[in-house]
Amino acid sequence: MTIESLGSEALERITAAGDAAALEALRVEYLGKQGSVSGLLKTLGKMSPEERQTEGPKIHALRQSVTDALASRKEAIDAAALEQQLASETFDLTLPAPERPRGSVHPVSQVMDELAEIFADLGFAVATGPEVEDDWHNFTALNMPESHPARAMHDTFYFPDRDEEGRRMLLRTHTSPVQIRTMVAEGAPLRIIAPGRVYRSDSDATHTPMFHQVEGLVIDKGIHLGHLKWTLETFLKAFFERDDIVLRLRPSYFPFTEPSVEVDVGWENVGGRRVLGGDGDAPGHGWMELLGSGMVNRRVIEFAGLDPDEWQGFAFGVGVDRLAMLKYGMDDLRAFFDGDIRWLQHYGFSAFDQPTLSAGVGARP
Amino acid sequence: MKFSLEWLKYFLDTEASAAEISAKLNAIGLEVEGVEDPAESLAGFRIAHVLTAAPHPDADKLQVLTVDTGEGDPLQVVCGAPNARAGMKGVLGLPGAVVPANGMQLRKSAIRGVESNGMMCSTRELELGDDHDGIIELPDDAPVGTDFATYHGASPVFDVAITPNRPDCMGVDGIARDLAASGIGTYKPFVQEPVAASFPCPVEIRTDDPEGCPAFYGRVIRGVTNGGSPDWMQQRLIAAGQRPISALVDITNYVMLAFGRPAHAYDLAKLNGAVVARRAKDGEQVLALNEKTYTLDSGMTVIADDSGVHDIAGIMGGEHSGCSESTTDVLLEIAYFDPDRIGATGRKLGLSSDARTRFERGVDPEFLDAGLEILSALILKICGGEASEVVRAGSPPVERKLVDYEPLLVEKLGGVDVDEANQLAILSALGFEALNTQIGPGRKTWQMSCPPRRHDIEGPADLVEEVVRIHGLDNVASVALPRSAGVAKPTATPAQLMERRLRRAAAASGLNEAITWSFISEEEAAAVGGGRWVLENPISEDLKVMRPSLLPGLLSAVRRNMDRGASSVRLFEIGRRYLADGEKLALVGVLAGEKQARSWQGGKAVAFDAYDAKAHCLELLEAAGAPVDKLQVMREAGEFYHPGQSATLRLGPKNVLASFGTIHPTTLKAFDIDVPVVAFGLHLDAIPAKKAGGTFARATYAPPALQSVERDFAFLVDVARPAGELLRAVQGADKVNIVAARIFDDFRGQGVPEGKKSIAVEVTLQPGEKSYTDEEIKAISEKVVGAAAKQGAELRG
Repeated sequence: MTIESLGSEALERITAAGDAAALEALRVEYLGKQGSVSGLLKTLGKMSPEERQTEGPKIHALRQSVTDALASRKEAIDAAALEQQLASETFDLTLPAPERPRGSVHPVSQVMDELAEIFADLGFAVATGPEVEDDWHNFTALNMPESHPARAMHDTFYFPDRDEEGRRMLLRTHTSPVQIRTMVAEGAPLRIIAPGRVYRSDSDATHTPMFHQVEGLVIDKGIHLGHLKWTLETFLKAFFERDDIVLRLRPSYFPFTEPSVEVDVGWENVGGRRVLGGDGDAPGHGWMELLGSGMVNRRVIEFAGLDPDEWQGFAFGVGVDRLAMLKYGMDDLRAFFDGDIRWLQHYGFSAFDQPTLSAGVGARP
Repeated sequence: MKFSLEWLKYFLDTEASAAEISAKLNAIGLEVEGVEDPAESLAGFRIAHVLTAAPHPDADKLQVLTVDTGEGDPLQVVCGAPNARAGMKGVLGLPGAVVPANGMQLRKSAIRGVESNGMMCSTRELELGDDHDGIIELPDDAPVGTDFATYHGASPVFDVAITPNRPDCMGVDGIARDLAASGIGTYKPFVQEPVAASFPCPVEIRTDDPEGCPAFYGRVIRGVTNGGSPDWMQQRLIAAGQRPISALVDITNYVMLAFGRPAHAYDLAKLNGAVVARRAKDGEQVLALNEKTYTLDSGMTVIADDSGVHDIAGIMGGEHSGCSESTTDVLLEIAYFDPDRIGATGRKLGLSSDARTRFERGVDPEFLDAGLEILSALILKICGGEASEVVRAGSPPVERKLVDYEPLLVEKLGGVDVDEANQLAILSALGFEALNTQIGPGRKTWQMSCPPRRHDIEGPADLVEEVVRIHGLDNVASVALPRSAGVAKPTATPAQLMERRLRRAAAASGLNEAITWSFISEEEAAAVGGGRWVLENPISEDLKVMRPSLLPGLLSAVRRNMDRGASSVRLFEIGRRYLADGEKLALVGVLAGEKQARSWQGGKAVAFDAYDAKAHCLELLEAAGAPVDKLQVMREAGEFYHPGQSATLRLGPKNVLASFGTIHPTTLKAFDIDVPVVAFGLHLDAIPAKKAGGTFARATYAPPALQSVERDFAFLVDVARPAGELLRAVQGADKVNIVAARIFDDFRGQGVPEGKKSIAVEVTLQPGEKSYTDEEIKAISEKVVGAAAKQGAELRG
């Protein structure tokens, strides 16, 4: 057989090879140790130089073309096999992927984090105190002696116990005792907020026997009502992320502040929902009572061991649950403490909704 | 308290509208909770003249009236009132009007086949009184066709919340004075000339308890007729929410509401001997006007005569000597009681009344004589009779408090500049007298003399409040708090940071944060070992004991979720446990029901087990910064856990940082839960907090250049031997080279001797400068096997 005919036969057979095994058999037949092309290569050594000059390139070319043909055919066969394999591996991707549980942060915690963030910018630290309190810190030191009518208005939960000093133990009815404890522990000047659980013997759709309050306290020199007003305006504008928050201050009474100021916020009826913002006296608007506040009573400053002629300041208190409801639209306080996973997933927040000033402290759905 | 505009105008000369007055009341601290205008609720009711009345053809008790409404043809109206008759004048509700008492809208209708074009109304239907025996009968001169509201003098009613410091505003007169100071009108002080006293007081009046009752004034009025009170008084009382009873009772109520001054009228015929304010005897009883019997003690002041107690002083009168229709002679009592005593007595008896509210907060001690004269004059005018001389026992505390006041303080504390003349005008209008005022430049102190009715004034800050509230809080400008230079500094404490981080780590790991009650039932507390703090006055038995653990609240939440059809519940809470030695912060998680729902990939649903709890526990401990690799796994997680599927994680043998495991079936039963629940708890107070203000830089590190090497070992150990101990030993066999060790198999059964298990450990070795030689690896392996042998483990052949 001539080199040429060997070549054309080989290329023809290689192209026709149907699978990897047939191709391998051809490789062995042509290029294996005993292969016909390998045989031709071996003849080169016995040739005369002249013969080799002419035959050599031909034989090498034959080997090259067979090698190339094998490689290209192999590639084609592999590609076809892969295609076939992939075709058999098709997924129905409309089937559901594995589920990962989704967790959530409770709205009260979220709002407390938001408050901490806003007030940190105004230089306030977060302070805490016990919930099982004594009546001195909860009442007496806040200028509510035993006989004070305001004491009776607090619907207090009592324990049968007394502390070492004979003070009656109770559940704190407000976060205000933290004012006293912080002033005693840290002195002045002072800027704190004190969020936490408080308790009143009261229960309906808007009152639960346990709820959350945040207290704010500034003690310094030369602090007056104007600072209080600014702080509350600034806080509420930042919290609700609205510049049109309008406050109405009304003189009021709390034993631990003098003068005392109750703060109403203007709201607008938007599709049956009260949305904070705008002047409460405008048509379609109204006022809602939101905060209690005032200039800290001299007696309270004295009780806390500071000199009221040197230090003065303001305090305020507001319901955290209430803030959460107003901002995020819940309407039943009792659901806050039920642990219903459907509610928690609906009203709760992603772990990644960490409030920051740059992103805005609120988290939109 | 409630009062009508008409009543207010009796004390205040003003042209202001109800809305303007309402805004001003709010502005000066008398919070308006509502304004109701009866003219609105009486719209559509007008005065009508009954022209004819004939029996209804089909109903015995009904009549068919023709009624003149002042315009157009007379209307036919069906009426069931027995007093309806031709010629009378009454009130007709026209179709479209809404009956105030029941909210029913009137319309043209047929009653038993006879057309009716409206309704003749009773007093009760219009909410003007209780009478429902018949329709309203108006005098003959009532102008037919006039709106009844106009004729009746219907006047807007304000409902105002008075703060406890302002008993002086618990009467319409005091509110008028406050309003006048604000400039919305002119105050009209009511002055009553003393009535003629025609005989000496026949009753001895004494106070034997000058502490509880410093002053007791009284007089007798004899020959009275106790009928109904006049319409003008009834209208004012009804507007104030009081039910008219009889002239004598109404008059005392009227004086209380008009002047904030409670008083009492006794039926003289029921009294016996001297009437004395004294301490009650222990165990003494009195039947009060609310028809309840109260047992008194010697801490309480009463008014009594020779036969017993007639009045719980300043709180409530006695049933026995109260005035009735047959009363002809009355003894009037107007006294001053010690506010603290009244409060203590009221609290002890659990008895509230309008009188107590006022006495407890403090009535005007200067208003005894004036009050008594007003009462006397009203009784003489309405009930007739003649008055005795006034008897006065004791004297009320009328000393005026003096307060040193710096006008500058308004700006210093109130943040608003009110000029001195203006300040003085405001304070004078409120009844404060300046004893030495200098007006003009320079720092100065005024001595202010306070009206004794203002029990709330303690010091200069109270006067600042008076000036600022009348001047207007709106005039206080906002002033920014001083701010330190630069970006705000961090304020969170390490403990706060740990809590925040844990909360978000737990939420990120798929748990939902719940907030459950701090108080639980005694049964729930018992399931976790009982609570230290038990409420004396719980709101319910379910909310009685301060939780010693967060677990019961979460288990109850699990039950509620399961009852609502949930198949998988992952909850956590961060909150306090209330223990004998204080309040300790904890994070507790519960995993209940299905970890994985049944699925096309995974087949059957998979339940949670204790290892899931362990995984969460360790992940969160790590997030909290606890030294997780140093923790020991030990038993004694608590009785509410499955004894064989629970453990504690400790840093050292005593310091328990966390516990986890499967909840004990008995506990689940107690909480009525029928799916397996695993739980874990972290004691945040036991976890060492990161130091505040530490360096940001981390320990120097460069990834090793050489590849790590893995070697597997299988050991046979006793089944009871904790695998973790073996792992720890292996890990510690060569601290330089072994960087990790991981158990990847726990096998028992074929090929493993009875009582043994095969634990397979994958050990990762990290070469340093150069690769390991075979000898080095062999040496390390020998160390591993040797360390394992000390744990009773034998290399599996």
